[in-house]
Amino acid sequence: MSRETVLHKVRTALGRSAGQPLDQPPPVRLRIPVVELEARVASFCTRIESLAGKTHAARSTEDALEYAAGIIAGRTAVASNAPILRECGITALPGVRTGIINRDELRALCATAAVGITGADYALADTGTLVLLSSQQEARMISLLPPVYIAIVKRECLLTGLDELLTVLPRPAEQTSSMVLITGPSRTADIEQILVRGVHGPGEIHVVVV
Amino acid sequence: MSTLFDEKIHETLADPKLQLAIYKATGRLVEERRKAIEPDICPDYQELRTQANAVKRHTIEHLDYYLEEFARNLEAHGGKAIFCRDAEEVSDFVLSLAKERGAELIVKSKSMTTEEIDLNERLEHHHLESVETDLGEYIIQLAHERPYHIVAPALHKTREQVADLLTDKLGVPRETVIEKQTMIARAVLREKFLAADIGISGANFLVADSGAVVLVENEGNARLTTSAPKIHIAVAGIEKLIPRAQDLAVFLKLLGRSATGQWLTVYTSFLSGPRRKNEIDGPEEFYVVLLDNGRTKVLADREKRQSLYCIRCGACLNHCPVYRKIGGHSFPWVYSGPIGAILTPQFLGVRHEPGLPFASSLCGACAEVCPVKIDIPQILLDLRSEVKKAETREGTNRLERLAFRVWAWVMRHPRIYEIAGMAAAALAPSRDSGWVRSVPVSAGPLRAWLSQRDLPPAAPKSFRQMWRDR
Amino acid sequence: MAARVSLFVTCIVDQLFPKVGMAVVDVLERLGYQVHFPEQQTCCGQPAFNSGYREEARQVARHFLNVFGDADYIVVPSGSCTSMIAHHFSDIFKKEPENLERARAIESRVFEFSRFLLDVAKVEDVGARLEQVVTYHDSCHALRALGVKDGPRRLLGHVRGLELREIDAAEECCGFGGTFSVKFAEVSGGMARTKIDSIVRTGASTVVAVDSSCLMQLQGALSRAGVPVRTMHLAEVLASR
Repeated sequence: MSRETVLHKVRTALGRSAGQPLDQPPPVRLRIPVVELEARVASFCTRIESLAGKTHAARSTEDALEYAAGIIAGRTAVASNAPILRECGITALPGVRTGIINRDELRALCATAAVGITGADYALADTGTLVLLSSQQEARMISLLPPVYIAIVKRECLLTGLDELLTVLPRPAEQTSSMVLITGPSRTADIEQILVRGVHGPGEIHVVVV
Repeated sequence: MSTLFDEKIHETLADPKLQLAIYKATGRLVEERRKAIEPDICPDYQELRTQANAVKRHTIEHLDYYLEEFARNLEAHGGKAIFCRDAEEVSDFVLSLAKERGAELIVKSKSMTTEEIDLNERLEHHHLESVETDLGEYIIQLAHERPYHIVAPALHKTREQVADLLTDKLGVPRETVIEKQTMIARAVLREKFLAADIGISGANFLVADSGAVVLVENEGNARLTTSAPKIHIAVAGIEKLIPRAQDLAVFLKLLGRSATGQWLTVYTSFLSGPRRKNEIDGPEEFYVVLLDNGRTKVLADREKRQSLYCIRCGACLNHCPVYRKIGGHSFPWVYSGPIGAILTPQFLGVRHEPGLPFASSLCGACAEVCPVKIDIPQILLDLRSEVKKAETREGTNRLERLAFRVWAWVMRHPRIYEIAGMAAAALAPSRDSGWVRSVPVSAGPLRAWLSQRDLPPAAPKSFRQMWRDR
Repeated sequence: MAARVSLFVTCIVDQLFPKVGMAVVDVLERLGYQVHFPEQQTCCGQPAFNSGYREEARQVARHFLNVFGDADYIVVPSGSCTSMIAHHFSDIFKKEPENLERARAIESRVFEFSRFLLDVAKVEDVGARLEQVVTYHDSCHALRALGVKDGPRRLLGHVRGLELREIDAAEECCGFGGTFSVKFAEVSGGMARTKIDSIVRTGASTVVAVDSSCLMQLQGALSRAGVPVRTMHLAEVLASR
């Protein structure tokens, strides 16, 4: 391919030679504020609500189950293999399919299901963001195809923000091929700047903090 | 002397509905950004800009190193780096891969780089169906138009125009409610996502230490494009590199706020390779096209290579009083606004549209809002000088050059300057105190001035005459 | 002994708006300065520089250095001319070490008028009186190249009888931009008209700025539109009694 040509042109343009060492890059800039857990939960929920997402601070796993059951209301739902979902009993609810590891099967289900349910690896308090790493426990499609999305987040996973996430996880590529940050329901304002939700991703999201 | 550029500008200015659409849309983005960077919301905004500029400067100055590091890490995770010199090499690559895999349907997420190389046209020429999935891009694909704005491609379209397009191209009954129009597109595109063989995306950032592609979006179409099909190809200019994943803390904070005022866009994807063995879904094959297409030429200019720092936020467009009047389609190339004004001559040569660097009052609003601190006005001044040097070499625009030579000569000779001033004052129409609406004979600059506003009356005495009379 | 300042009146003020120059002199003399007007002065070279004619700009800039090379303080009633001298002379003389040195030396001695009053004379109240409702337009070079924003507003705040109303979009360009105003006249005119709409919304009778080029653009457009708002340079306001 043209790898050597392009690299050669770059070097010529910069006056550098192959293998020439690097000057020191500017040090990474990460600022992590100190925020109490409860304040993080509050900030997290407030931000999501301001983006038209819904939140529920659950007092217990039973409480989380009740809330989720209310949203699912017997419709078809696909749940990921995140342990928290089993712990809360969500995977046992009527209409909920889980434990799927076949790509095509999962996709077909997600394409027709009304609700997708996942856990979250981390969450970011300052922006109201869910962080999902693709793995055996979490497939990409579940939080993407169904029009309604429920995420169950453990309090302990709630970080202050992106700076803390990248401190705790400086090399996401070592863990996964896909790390997604989800901040609110899918939206667009491409026509006359009028806001429409649920364009391709879910238009309705519920985040339960457990 | 009216050029195509002048004509397109005139057309845009003569359309009051379009003027209003542009002004309102950019005005809203200006306001949203302002709210997102308020001191109590984002106290370290200026610091972030300084850091972003420093990181981009370092990366660009060592671009060969970071390209190699990126390719190495990408390949370590099962992806493939495809270096391409130009547009043709990109389409050749996609076409041959599609042929090998028997692929027929491609879905695309928004990418200015693929617009730059006319990728869809090339693919369609070879009978591949390539569908844009970002709503704005989908609309302009149906209309066979170029994007109107870097971030909001269909900024210029009204709901009536969208209704017409959907009915004409999809055969659906006419629908003018925007939410319903969106749902029509959603339904059509959903089928495409699930049937597509290849997904092509751009890249907002390429992360060298991870071999990763970062995509930001609000709709979910980029996630679908890069997760549903078995093959994902990301097309990115070589300048999209940043050294470390940790640098995203600065860049993501700046990009969302500068573009739309969002603290983070709805979805940010960090993609490093095809799906891993234990993962349930994701593409089986992952390619990152690293495109030159003239970037190495820009790179060679020490002062102007900072144009490559651009993270495509669109803030300069939104704040530019000229863009807000002439809109995106007046510009000769795919990139519009202030960034377009400096990239176009650098990629295509100053002769491509010699008037372009002059279509600015040098107000500096762009430089003030640029998250990576590109000194756009300075680059415009340099480009203006290059245009004039080219004209001197080619012997064009002689009258103007002569005028400035004479002007400079007059300005070096104070006595002559004074006499010239007195002569002009004597020739000027005498009006008691009023400004001058028209003159009997006018041409060139005088006529241009008078076409828009009145002329100041001649001062009875110049300042130096008044000074001497004291 | 009175401190001496040199006045670079700028070609546009010299030829078209001489009263602005006289107002600057008036204010400075009242503050006890001795104003020196080097008669050999003409232009800073900006029109050529902005039009891409670097060689011609260089010739005129050399003349400027010859005329003002020895001045301790150069006061300029224009943000764009000040910016040309303070920021672009070093571009122009990149390849002429001797002139580059002279240009560098001058950078710290050239002052936009309002800057001089606040930073050197250290005065906010010059004893002016003007009973008008006034709005202020931020000239682009003054604002962004020189950081002149608060200063003129503070000076206007001390003018007796004056009511200052802010325009929405005070920082939007008036559309002059030198030769831009004639090369892209329609766009320039459109920008002026947008600005005028903002001005009219304030209900002010007068627009004030620190650059006569902006005021010429705005007054020309106001006059064409038949809007009875007048323009005044900051110096003229401060010289009013």
